Amino acid sequence: MAEALILAVKIAIATMFVLNLAGLLTWAERRQSAFIQDRLGPNRASVFGIRLIGLLHPVADGIKMIMKEDFIPAGADRVVHTIAPFIALFPAFVAYAVIPFGDRLPIFGYDVNLVVSDINIGLLFVVAVMSIAIFGIFLGGWASNNKWSLLGALRSAAQMISYEVTLGLTIIGILMVYESVRLDEIVRAQGDLLFGFIPKWGIVTQPIGFLLFFAAAMAESKRTPFDLPEGESEIVAGYFLEYSGMKFGMFFMGEFAEIVVIAGIIASLFLGGWQIPWVTTEMLLKAFPGWLVALIQIGVFSAKVVALCWLQLTIRWTLPRFRYDQLMRLGWKMLLPISLANIFVTGLVILLLQ
Amino acid sequence: MSMKTSLTFWERLYFPEIFRGIAITSRHFFKNLSNPLKNPVTIRYPEQKRFIHPRWRGRHRLMERNDGSPRCVACMCCATVCPARCISIMPGEHSDPAIMKYPVSFEIDLTRCIFCGYCVEACPVDAIRMDSGIVSVVGYDRDQLQFNKDRLLAKTP
Repeated sequence: MAEALILAVKIAIATMFVLNLAGLLTWAERRQSAFIQDRLGPNRASVFGIRLIGLLHPVADGIKMIMKEDFIPAGADRVVHTIAPFIALFPAFVAYAVIPFGDRLPIFGYDVNLVVSDINIGLLFVVAVMSIAIFGIFLGGWASNNKWSLLGALRSAAQMISYEVTLGLTIIGILMVYESVRLDEIVRAQGDLLFGFIPKWGIVTQPIGFLLFFAAAMAESKRTPFDLPEGESEIVAGYFLEYSGMKFGMFFMGEFAEIVVIAGIIASLFLGGWQIPWVTTEMLLKAFPGWLVALIQIGVFSAKVVALCWLQLTIRWTLPRFRYDQLMRLGWKMLLPISLANIFVTGLVILLLQ
Repeated sequence: MSMKTSLTFWERLYFPEIFRGIAITSRHFFKNLSNPLKNPVTIRYPEQKRFIHPRWRGRHRLMERNDGSPRCVACMCCATVCPARCISIMPGEHSDPAIMKYPVSFEIDLTRCIFCGYCVEACPVDAIRMDSGIVSVVGYDRDQLQFNKDRLLAKTP
């Protein structure tokens, strides 16, 4: 009974984390882009005159989307058109099930592992689940019975398959260094020190891998500079062109949830997850009670995720969109060979260090 | 003439230039974040208003004589010159023989007005001006944008 309760709390934490952060990001993106462009951004939505620096805008957007007409175009495949947004949204939440947000801690007498599901194929599970999101987008574009939607769907399928190769190959470098597919163990291994003083984070052991993974993951999330599937100036809105109301909202939320997931994965693989540099869990447990340590570790993990979300938004508002041939050239001719070379060099270094 | 410039090796590496771009955007971000009330260039409109130059053409207003009657002599110059034909004047005989006519009604249809200012230029007695500084010509229906003599004399806003 207690274990079921603990699991329910963990699921609630993980789900609420993604859901709330994704909702906040819809606001943060507009405010951040405004600040980057020396504007002020949305700050007007108010309840009884209380504005909360515009934090009510996501709420207003949500209400608006629920109230809007839910339109299915003539000639569209009604069933596929309806389920496509669900398929696009759910992988982001499922992927967070295996991302650890804390160490195994004694909290109020229970031995709690702060990860929803500590499965032994964690990293492969993330990659597998994330690739399901393509189906949502592709089915949505296909079922809409619209040229632009189909073009967007085709582009997204081609783009995501191309960049998933790099994504997978970059992960191999991480697997070679930490010798585990279990995300829990990868994060725990990053608590070690390299040469006695450098934290053995993924960004230290795999700097090239970090850049490649980040680039490929940004391409996976289909945001500028990789937003060709949407490309509002070219193909109107791409795959979600024929969606309205909350179904559009689900695509929209899915995009932001994916940012959160990417930030979570990168934080876990390359930035030490919940690890604080030079401070081990044992040191924290000596100084604080278990529940406080859990809060500290969740806070550290959240801070890393938020920082990475910020970085993704900044990149989105820094770079213009690629041309399609540039996108494919970057994916196949630059990132793929570099990621292969990265695996080779990693293997060589591991061999020499033995 | 199009100049073909080739990228340097440093630029072709791509990542350094991205970092430079991120540095620029985040510099703006943190500058504005440090003082969001002062640094962004946004004018928070209903509370703050942009400076309006005296010569800027806003909503029309009719000038008055000392006794409060309109200065307009209903010569129809403005209505004739108006390219949008938005001014309609009904002239009437004035009790004072020194004044030739007066407007019984003077209406400007602001849904048609293009704010060219020709009426102000054409007026021989300086009876119509556009210096009211009113930016927002708004209404909930079209009738509210038909400005009659009283509203143009600003007796009623």
